[in-house]
Amino acid sequence: MTSGGTITVERWTAASIASVVIVVAGMVLLAFGPFLFGANTVDKLTTLFIYVIMAAMWNALAGYGGLVSVGQQAFFGLGAYAAARLADAGVAVYPSLFIAAALVGLLSLPISAFMLRLRAGEFAIGMWVVAELAHLLVNLDNLVQGETGTSLIALNVYATDARRALTYWSALGALAVLLGVLFLLLRSRVGIAIQAIRDNEEAAAAIGVRVLATKRIIFVLTATGVAMAGALWLATTISFQPKTYFSVQWSAYMIFMVLVGGLGTFEGAILGAVIFFLIEAWFGASGVWYLIGLGATALLCSLFLPRGIWGSLEDRFGIRLLPVGYRLKLAGIPEFPQKPLGERPGPPMPDIHCSRQ
Amino acid sequence: MMAWINQIIQGILLGGYYAIIACGLSFMFSVMRIINLAHGSLSIVAAFALWLIADRFEISPFSGLILVLPAMALIGVALQRFILEQSVRGGPLVPILSTFGLTIVIENLLFEKFGADTRSLAPLIGSLSYDSWEIGDDIYIGQLAALTFATAVVLLGGLQIFLSRTHLGRSIRATAEDADTAGLVGVNARAVNAIATAIAMTTVGVAGAFLAMRATFDPYAGSPQLIFAFEAAVIGGAGSLWGTLIGGIVLGVAQSIGAKISPQGFLISGHVVFLAILFARVYISRPAFTGRLRAVLGRSA
Repeated sequence: MTSGGTITVERWTAASIASVVIVVAGMVLLAFGPFLFGANTVDKLTTLFIYVIMAAMWNALAGYGGLVSVGQQAFFGLGAYAAARLADAGVAVYPSLFIAAALVGLLSLPISAFMLRLRAGEFAIGMWVVAELAHLLVNLDNLVQGETGTSLIALNVYATDARRALTYWSALGALAVLLGVLFLLLRSRVGIAIQAIRDNEEAAAAIGVRVLATKRIIFVLTATGVAMAGALWLATTISFQPKTYFSVQWSAYMIFMVLVGGLGTFEGAILGAVIFFLIEAWFGASGVWYLIGLGATALLCSLFLPRGIWGSLEDRFGIRLLPVGYRLKLAGIPEFPQKPLGERPGPPMPDIHCSRQ
Repeated sequence: MMAWINQIIQGILLGGYYAIIACGLSFMFSVMRIINLAHGSLSIVAAFALWLIADRFEISPFSGLILVLPAMALIGVALQRFILEQSVRGGPLVPILSTFGLTIVIENLLFEKFGADTRSLAPLIGSLSYDSWEIGDDIYIGQLAALTFATAVVLLGGLQIFLSRTHLGRSIRATAEDADTAGLVGVNARAVNAIATAIAMTTVGVAGAFLAMRATFDPYAGSPQLIFAFEAAVIGGAGSLWGTLIGGIVLGVAQSIGAKISPQGFLISGHVVFLAILFARVYISRPAFTGRLRAVLGRSA
């Protein structure tokens, strides 16, 4: 690697600067959505924003933190439940969505104290059990009345159009903040530490990474984000039925979006959410065959594109649009794209690639 | 007092059922390090096959197993060859996605074929589904529950002996430990993994039979069972088959006692006990704890 030429460490490229500018500009443009698009489009986009939040959060947890969970629906359901509870207690309905997410984030702190001590499979299944437990406990609440559920009737104070626009802006705002925080976090020392832990926990601890504290940051952030998604979902569907919100299906969707898009790539999770959204929009009406297609897509992707769509593109062309890592550039050698160093099982390579030029 | 003892006995018997559904899961995890999310829906495939055979040809589910179990073994070989072998190369997470995709495909194809009606094998096994023995006052042991428990002991015990005593069993364990080194000493890892998956799927067939005999099932009935299977396997320590039986019993007894305390207690206490055991393992330093457990159970590493 060091043969001839100087090595420079590169983070921003022209392409990535351009894409970040485009993303920010796109966000600003989307903020005018309710004035530009029809009601149906605004609703659809709100759903898409929620999917992107969920995919980005699961990706942060599994792809960067190495914490594979099949129980994130615990926070999705709790976020919706907390929002319904707060609204029932008289808190204004839109602030209650955000307060709910923050409260669930706080609750995830004590949960993290226990759960983060578990490793790999035990953590994954343990989280699922936590979700089931949360579901059963929420069922005991008189407001919810078991599986009967409740509704966010406080939304009735808004006219339909105003409600649609406010929900849209809440979702867009939450998306911008959560993705922004995640982007900055992954680029910070914490981001490097969390990826080091993912790749080798003992080695990371040995060089002075505070393992538990670092994992906790990512766990709490993603719990808050998923809770936000749950609260927003409640604002779009209005009715809260524990069975739907605490369904393991949500984890399945998150796994689908992230692995099809590309685990451990910031752009891949977003792409996966868009793909999932499009499949649902185009084929959702065809019922059983839509689900069969969804399953088949997951299956085929896992067989033929194990690094996901974005991961495969990255390998082939070496593109980084939203760079959260660094890469080494060697001067004096013609650039050609490189595959990750060797085939290795386990999480994908950290975001450091060597391109020669 | 007798009511409590009865509850514990019923819990132990229920644990036998959990051990059967956890068996294949635990086996595949220990041998191939694969978490098979399609486990539940594959057992429903077996249940539907048994039901179809019984419905069309009036063959009892027990005789039907003679046809269904080899078919499940073949499904296992195909599963390994066409899906698992390929997806496991992408890393430990990829099989989760592929088996998850497979689950959705299986469940919805079953739905497309059989609709949403719930079915059961209970009417097809005569009085076995409701007969019981009375032991002392107020303690009844269901014949089907007893048969389930006995099957669990035979199945898990048989597999444990197979893994530790036979040549093939040793090859399977060697491959699980280090496939490359096993290859160096002449073990064909591909064949061994195919056989191991076939064995796991055979146990899934047995699980499907008991699931369908003791309750009703529909195309989506597999996934709800999966969490119990996972709990039993994890409590028992992933990979240990006797442990899986103990895990099933712990879960069954916890649920059964929880149900006695409160109507909602059945599931809650099962989950709470599961989490409590996980944390106990983490906080009581691992080697000492498992060492003591081993001493109590008198089994070797």
